[in-house]
Amino acid sequence: MKTLLKNCKIVNHDKIIEGNILINDNIIEDITNEDIQADNVYDCSGKYVLPGLIDMHSHMREPGFEYKEDITSAGQAAVAGGITTACCMANTKPVIDNAPVAAFIINKSKKDGFFDALPYGAVTKGLKGEELTEMGDLIENGVCGFSDDGYTIMNAEVMRRALEYVRYFDSFISVHAIDTNLQGNGYMNEGRISAINGLNGIPSESESVIIARDIMLARLTKSRVHISHVSSKEAVDIIRWGKNEGINVTAEATPHHFTLTDENCLTYDTNYKMSPPLREEEDIEAILQGFKDGTIDCISTDHAPHQDDEKFVEFGLAPVGIIGYQTAVPLTIKRIDEGRLSWTDFARLMSYNPSKILKKENLGVIAKGKQADIVVIDADVEYTYTREINKSKSYNTPFLNKQLKGRALYTFKNGKLVYQA
Amino acid sequence: MTYDKKDFISTQDLTREQIDYILNQAMSFREINQREVKKVPTLKGRTIVNLFFEASTRTRTSFEIAGKRLGADVINISSSTSSTQKGETLMDTVKNIEAMASDIVVIRHSYSGSVKFVADNVDAHIVNAGDGLNEHPTQCMLDLLTIKLQKGRLEGLNVTIIGDIAHSRVARSDIWAMKTYGMNVTLFAPPTMLPVGVEAFGVNIAKNMEEAVKDADVIIMLRIQRERMAKLLIPSEREYSKLFGLTPAVMQKAKSDVMVMHPGPINRGVELSSVVADSSNSAILDQVENGVAVRMAVLSFLAMSK
Repeated sequence: MKTLLKNCKIVNHDKIIEGNILINDNIIEDITNEDIQADNVYDCSGKYVLPGLIDMHSHMREPGFEYKEDITSAGQAAVAGGITTACCMANTKPVIDNAPVAAFIINKSKKDGFFDALPYGAVTKGLKGEELTEMGDLIENGVCGFSDDGYTIMNAEVMRRALEYVRYFDSFISVHAIDTNLQGNGYMNEGRISAINGLNGIPSESESVIIARDIMLARLTKSRVHISHVSSKEAVDIIRWGKNEGINVTAEATPHHFTLTDENCLTYDTNYKMSPPLREEEDIEAILQGFKDGTIDCISTDHAPHQDDEKFVEFGLAPVGIIGYQTAVPLTIKRIDEGRLSWTDFARLMSYNPSKILKKENLGVIAKGKQADIVVIDADVEYTYTREINKSKSYNTPFLNKQLKGRALYTFKNGKLVYQA
Repeated sequence: MTYDKKDFISTQDLTREQIDYILNQAMSFREINQREVKKVPTLKGRTIVNLFFEASTRTRTSFEIAGKRLGADVINISSSTSSTQKGETLMDTVKNIEAMASDIVVIRHSYSGSVKFVADNVDAHIVNAGDGLNEHPTQCMLDLLTIKLQKGRLEGLNVTIIGDIAHSRVARSDIWAMKTYGMNVTLFAPPTMLPVGVEAFGVNIAKNMEEAVKDADVIIMLRIQRERMAKLLIPSEREYSKLFGLTPAVMQKAKSDVMVMHPGPINRGVELSSVVADSSNSAILDQVENGVAVRMAVLSFLAMSK
């Protein structure tokens, strides 16, 4: 079956060209200016057409917490956000520390066909930070990398051995960097705002000391480390230093960390409770700079569904995180409209670079012969992000019922239309 | 000028006129407290629930006496701090109390922001009796009343707050209202007890005890909680008392008519020496006395506001 996307602004990491995209089954057959006969034709005039977005960090909650989200609802929300491949963290129940759980997730997403769910394997059994998982077995069963997300491996010796061992498979470890002792019982960024509102603070150094440690360990082990959801200026500086030293480090940042500041915590609205916490304007500036100069490689959502009643509690007791699959596009477009990012940056940060880190050769660019994972973005549409538009099982986002601009119009996975706005 | 909000949660957004109104109301209730028959029918038939998720003797008793002197029916509930341990959420607990047609719920809770969270989601009038590290607004009002009664004014006075500022809801409430009232606030504490971001308060930070006390018209000492040592904020009570305690020797460097205040309970010999606590400079028991009047004022104008 042939599909033609006509009059596209085709955005890749390196350039934007005008043209038509011919899809044959699941493969991009040609990029052309000719009007070729096809079974389905979509007019994409005025639309930006990007390689399917790849989200290196999210939580799909299945197995174990299906009341928050499951693979199917995660897939529907992801493709509604233009995301055709998403990595999911291992903090499920049971934990993804064994092959059958990993295989279950991959197979379920394949069967649904919305997107590819790529699980991270846990670094340590039960995410306890003590014993290594059977990483070889997990790799054979399709995990995309390893992470104990949410649970920093505080024992540096364990982290060292994990990095050494993972090198054998040419895989990597994604680090949720928080020194749990420095974090203490903190709930928000420590600074001017926490002084005012009396919420226990988390110093940004609780993040940067672990990032510094793990970059050192990547140097020691000649292994590969990926820094999750960078939130602070000095973290960006340390990663930049690590890259300049030639250490094998990559990094990601979330839309909420380049959009929101800790000032929002003055309301005690638990939808502003994140880990790492929202920081300050200068941190946002540093992240945007990091995107531009290549220090930060990816935009990842850290999509973290929680039910309303779990968030409707005292700030200190609320679980951390917000849903993010469907807000990545509008929040990035906001930065594009402001001139802080470009469309090619978007394709680089949310498709090309993730495909390289994950070693998915057939993804990340719109080019002849590549897999037909494609998102057509309407950058101009303005809408209210309602509960009806939201496809996740959960609604925990401060952007709910807010005005947003830009969203996925069509999402194609393996050449198949899986979402239409 | 009256107080027109549903709840009494914070001093941060109080205007000078609102503070005046509260203090004036409290002044008239003070007279009632000095009568032989200390009861008025202002809140007869109203129900006030004191819902305390943290241990408290002074504040809870003060609210209870205040409610009873106004003729209200007062019920005290003490609950475990963690609603998750109890299996019922904070909101469900409060909704149940509200369903029993309670007019005012006075809440103390260990999480900052929790009392505002409740107030935003129920119809009953909510009074903040202390939320985490955030605020303790009736304590602030009784501090201001005590100062005003003794000094005859508030504006332009120098107030020094000494102790664990970072973990003090009394300090936060006092700082906001005192700044609104044009008082000059100075803080003094070991660096472990000053919050990161302290500059957000817009007040002076003293470098040593002498600087802290020498120009003060009022010194407010904060209680040192024993559990703070476990969190490595100070090495010992002994050293704290030596470096940061208010002793007769330190008092020599202060003005002779300086007021010494403390929200209680006092750790005698730690932050405050017994000699100073019991001296003529001490206004600590006046604070307790004024606390009842201030709470009568707050309860009565909230109940009357609807």
